Amino acid sequence: MTDRSRADVLLELADDELILGWRNSEWTGIAPFLEEDVAFSSIAQNEIGHARALYELVAADLGTTADELAFDRGPDDYRCARLVELAFVPDWASTVARHFLYETADAVRIEALKASADDAVAGIAAKIDREEVYHRIHAEMWIDRLGSEPQVREALDRLLPYALAVVDEELRPELARRVEEKLGWTNRDVEAVERGEHLPELATLWEEMTVVRRSAPAGTQW
Amino acid sequence: MVTAADIWAALDEIPDPEIPVISLVDLGVVKNVTVEGSRVRVAFTPTFMGCPALDAMRRAMEQRIEELGAEPEVEVVLDDSWSTDLITAAGRAKLEASGFAPPAPRSAGPTTLVQLQRGPYRCPWCGSADTRLENIFGPTPCRSLRYCSGCRQPFELFKTL
Repeated sequence: MTDRSRADVLLELADDELILGWRNSEWTGIAPFLEEDVAFSSIAQNEIGHARALYELVAADLGTTADELAFDRGPDDYRCARLVELAFVPDWASTVARHFLYETADAVRIEALKASADDAVAGIAAKIDREEVYHRIHAEMWIDRLGSEPQVREALDRLLPYALAVVDEELRPELARRVEEKLGWTNRDVEAVERGEHLPELATLWEEMTVVRRSAPAGTQW
Repeated sequence: MVTAADIWAALDEIPDPEIPVISLVDLGVVKNVTVEGSRVRVAFTPTFMGCPALDAMRRAMEQRIEELGAEPEVEVVLDDSWSTDLITAAGRAKLEASGFAPPAPRSAGPTTLVQLQRGPYRCPWCGSADTRLENIFGPTPCRSLRYCSGCRQPFELFKTL
């Protein structure tokens, strides 16, 4: 980990997982076939579960709650990378490309966190990694199937700069190496689209994601 | 006054909310029970972090401990200490009897696609090893779907974690 606080490092990860989980869940009911409907729904559920666990850890540090972190911030306060904000339904080629790039980037990031001297961080990272083995198998299966199709190649090329920004700068060469290892090609001359500003799509997602929370007075019991 | 053994026995009567043939103790998710007077602390590990049954399991444990006249404190432990290796022998037998192929051990190494496609997962219905992967994902995060060419029945595989 760098010299940032634990909360700063984990919020980026948690926000990525929450927003990507939301994007993946947009395929629920409308994926190209039933197995993928189940797969993307299940992966979404895992990602949101990871976000919840991470928010709980961060909430303890910041004196707040996981729900407040997940739903009570404004869209500009989220730390997520733009890769996870992009809205793709019904574009399956871009979805497959992002799925592979995100899971590969997340593996690199999670491996680094597993080596953390902070036991709570290392413990959560190890558990996330066990679950994401299945996400990676699934993503790589789709690259084997469609990776050489022009639409998927174009999407991989277009999204690589976004994927690089998912991990810290020192981890980017390793991410590029893994992407190249799987695809057999990569574009090394791209600049990362850094975190910071958000795409307009995030505000639209946020409106939908927080509508129930915002409609209910604080302290409502479900 | 309740003892730790009473608590373990009580928790062993709580079925997993999504696979009710197996108890929480059989599933290996109860990590630790500590009794201090009337206070009972249970350390509990989820299977998958996004498991929707997490809150239901916690409430069921709290309720059962309260029924024994004790004050429950259920702590969710979020680390890598739960593994499918912790499912008891009795639990594995119950899973198999209800149509789940038990998970491969962690010692077999991280799961790969080749292993899922070619692995010798036996059909829990007819015992045939002629089975194939239908979907890595299934009705809950912890399950995969397989199909048996022997008896032409689908079945579920508990994912190795």
